[in-house]
Amino acid sequence: MSGPTTHWQPSERELARRRTRSRQRRHRVVVASIATVIALVVLGAALVLSPGWPRVRATFLDLHHAKESLPSIVDGFWLNVRMFLIAEPIILVAGLALALARQATSAWLVPVRGLAVLYTDVVRGIPTLLLVFLFVFGMPALGLAGIPNSIFFWATVALVVSYSAYVAEVLRSGIESVHPSQLASAEALALSRAQTMRHVVVPQAVRRVVPPLLNDFVSLQKDTALVASVGLFDALFAAADYGNFNFNFTPYVVAALFFIAMTVPLARLCDVLARRLARRERAGAL
Amino acid sequence: MTSLLEVRNVRKTYPRHGEPGRRVVLDDLSLSVAPGDVVCLIGSSGSGKSTLLRCLDLLEPIDDGVIELRGREISDPLVDPRVVRREIGMVFQAYNLFPHLSVLDNCTLAPRRVHGMPAAAAKDKARELLDRFGLGEHVDKHPDRLSGGQQQRVALVRALCTDPALLLLDEITAALDPELVGEVLDIVRSLADAGTTMVLATHEMGFAREVASHVCFLDGGRIVEEGPPAQVLGAPEQARTREFLRRVLPQG
Repeated sequence: MSGPTTHWQPSERELARRRTRSRQRRHRVVVASIATVIALVVLGAALVLSPGWPRVRATFLDLHHAKESLPSIVDGFWLNVRMFLIAEPIILVAGLALALARQATSAWLVPVRGLAVLYTDVVRGIPTLLLVFLFVFGMPALGLAGIPNSIFFWATVALVVSYSAYVAEVLRSGIESVHPSQLASAEALALSRAQTMRHVVVPQAVRRVVPPLLNDFVSLQKDTALVASVGLFDALFAAADYGNFNFNFTPYVVAALFFIAMTVPLARLCDVLARRLARRERAGAL
Repeated sequence: MTSLLEVRNVRKTYPRHGEPGRRVVLDDLSLSVAPGDVVCLIGSSGSGKSTLLRCLDLLEPIDDGVIELRGREISDPLVDPRVVRREIGMVFQAYNLFPHLSVLDNCTLAPRRVHGMPAAAAKDKARELLDRFGLGEHVDKHPDRLSGGQQQRVALVRALCTDPALLLLDEITAALDPELVGEVLDIVRSLADAGTTMVLATHEMGFAREVASHVCFLDGGRIVEEGPPAQVLGAPEQARTREFLRRVLPQG
């Protein structure tokens, strides 16, 4: 709109309103700060004043042991990082394939659809730890030629199998939430079913399910620690190893901090991306 | 006569290329609405009609000027917008009904939750209004099962269920095909006859001529010309009004 940009000066009333608004803003900031400080003080006091606090501090928060255990935990954590960096993209692709298989309409794909349903039902029902055991110990035991024997490989496979079932269901709910009118307009443009999915439905679906997808990925990052139970030297195993030897649990806290440091930036990044998309697509819309 | 709604020198801008205040949508706009008035806002797309209605319902903050309802400034940051909206009903171009609620539940949500009306009373009232506007057989259906005209009538009833002192209608027939426009406008006409105060943005010039007590022609965020419909639509003084009417009225 080509509104005439005359030399507009805010009126007295508007200036007064701005002062009121900034006063309200300041008030909110003060209230928020006070509330935060109170909450922190209460939580901190409850912790520090508890009867077992000196013992807990000595066994869980010992700076010396934290420093000593750090190198091996860093080495171990590198294994966790590699594992989910490899697993995450594969899980996304596999989950999407499963979700799309359940949406397939072609007559030839009916068995695929059935298998996809069966897969999610079965896999989601098995505890992830159990899947790790089954794959790590079971697959090499088959003695098949040409398949790897590495624990790392089979533990990663177990995580991929487990999480692709969860991710598939998340993506499916996103796909089903896209309004039928979107399918109709894609069909009206003579797009094929696959093109409709690729260009219209899936992009919208993925945007909607970013928060639950992130949930699954954070969960996956933590579940890479399950491999400690099959003897892989990851962050948790390194921490346990040090802790058992030195009778101090500080390494567990250190390992926990590593996992938190990994997930928080990812969560914030997703928030920022989602907000940017929402701004772009909904600007001015009713 | 004291006015119900008083708009004085309102300015509203949107950012352009990320720079705040660069796109002026409402420019020093003033308007007065007395009880029982039916004010029709006309003008081409982007002239500021919808934005004005959204500002009146406090859905958008204004950059300058004053909006008063019953002599009280509602554009004051200390005023709770929800208290103001209890007295104002708004109907949107795209109906905006809640798809997960039945027609009846759409209409009783605000009376029950906001106005504290007992469920039975709210239902009776909604049923009666729905009946009156020919929607009696649809009360238990979900909105998506209804035609556009029916949905928009439900949206009107939803706005009326809270007995608003002022009704804002934002191009409520623009998304309907011509044969459905009539059934919606009939309701608005009967509301006008009953003395409901309304501000409506519309593209239906014939309807504006018939129902409006006051017509405002907006262009570039300003009211270029206003007055009784016979004058603004019949004998416009401004060249821009004449040009606009030549484009929208088939007979010229």
